Amino acid sequence: MAEMIEIKGLNKYFGDLHVLKDIDLTVKKGEKLVVIGPSGSGKSTLIRCINYLEEPTTGEVVIDGTPLTKKNHLEMARKYSSMVFQQFNLYPNMTVLGNLTLAPIKLQKKSKEEANRAAMAALERVGLAQKAGEYPQNLSGGQQQRVAIARAMCTKQPIILFDEPTSALDPEMIQEVLDVMIELAQENITMICVTHEMNFARQVADRVIFMDDGQILEEGSPEHFFTNPQNPRCKDFLNKILH
Amino acid sequence: MLEGLFDSRRWQLTFADMGSFIEGFTFTLQVVVVGLIISLVLGTVLGVFSTTRSRILRGISRVYVEFFQNTPLPVQVFFYYMAGPRLLQTVLGTPSPVRLSAFAIGAVGVGLYHAAYVSEVIRTGIESVPRGQMEAAQSQGFTRPQAYLYIILPQTFKVILPPLCNQALNLVKNTSVLALIAGGDLMYNADNFVSTYGYLQGYILACVLYFVICFPLALLVQWLEKRSKQKPRAKAIPGITPEPAKEA
Repeated sequence: MAEMIEIKGLNKYFGDLHVLKDIDLTVKKGEKLVVIGPSGSGKSTLIRCINYLEEPTTGEVVIDGTPLTKKNHLEMARKYSSMVFQQFNLYPNMTVLGNLTLAPIKLQKKSKEEANRAAMAALERVGLAQKAGEYPQNLSGGQQQRVAIARAMCTKQPIILFDEPTSALDPEMIQEVLDVMIELAQENITMICVTHEMNFARQVADRVIFMDDGQILEEGSPEHFFTNPQNPRCKDFLNKILH
Repeated sequence: MLEGLFDSRRWQLTFADMGSFIEGFTFTLQVVVVGLIISLVLGTVLGVFSTTRSRILRGISRVYVEFFQNTPLPVQVFFYYMAGPRLLQTVLGTPSPVRLSAFAIGAVGVGLYHAAYVSEVIRTGIESVPRGQMEAAQSQGFTRPQAYLYIILPQTFKVILPPLCNQALNLVKNTSVLALIAGGDLMYNADNFVSTYGYLQGYILACVLYFVICFPLALLVQWLEKRSKQKPRAKAIPGITPEPAKEA
């Protein structure tokens, strides 16, 4: 498989705070990567560098052979990546359907009919076709996040970034969102997911990386993390979230 | 002197002069419309400036707002009246001072003044939109101007409409400063009437006419405030959402 994302020597500072320290990471086309680690470890910042929501202080993020720059990042986002946020970030002034069709119509210049058709297909997949005319605030958290995932699917970019998609949800709603993500993982999409849901990682991840203190301390298959983690901080972290 | 207020003859005379009141009223309305347009357009631009990342744009907006909010409107209007013609002469390079109509001074005067307030309303409206909205927009590839246009500004409407209507209401009342420079507006004509006949009926009539514009606006503010607190109801989208059940 060819490389989809190459991160080289990435450093990120917030003021004096060194959040990412010399990160090197390669993600292949179609790979499902799960990023775990304690809060403040830099994992969210890492995936936010992949669509330039955070600008790297030094180092490079290369998407499908093209380095991200201040100039091209919006165009690259349009072409390559979409994102699912912890707080959903649906547009509250638009219906569910409006949320899904805004970018296809305004950015991809699709006709309204075409965009509606694609949106309904995506809503069908997340099981919310009947909510097309509803406004986000009238939906449960789990439903909102499924709409957000449908919105990310709708624009058909080859990369979807998930930034703790289940962390803001009530426990009983987590599974419905994970189910949608598991179903989505059947496709040849490159998925990078910051999450603590290790069972999800076990089901879909090709690779898991553990981050702490701005560095990648361990990487391997999900099974490796369940059975044989090496780094003491990683062991300690897994002990906390698995029990 | 107050018994004169109940003198029916005086009222008759006042109503006989209704024409000049209506003339002033119409003039005032025209100033209101143009002033409102100036204040909304300029205020929105300045409000957006104050939330951008550019220090220069933020600075421009800040200085403008502080200047216009902290100086009295009558002083500003006198300034336009006295200095405007010569200022324009210098700027445009015309041989003699440019004559300014009372209408232009009025519309620009209240327009510029209220733009400062509108700017603050827009700024607070934009700041009430969570940061995640801009992030979501950018993650989809929207440029910042597109994000403002399609996503951020439409979300501010609910929050800003009541205070904006309030500004419109104040703008209507503030057009009365035109009377100070012989503007031909409602207040000026009313004042003329009162100084000619000595009947206070003229002011009362002026109040009534101002009230006729302002009171509906005040009701609109209340209605908008109430509406902004309601949850949106699901929308019917033809061909997509199920048709609402029809009564048999």
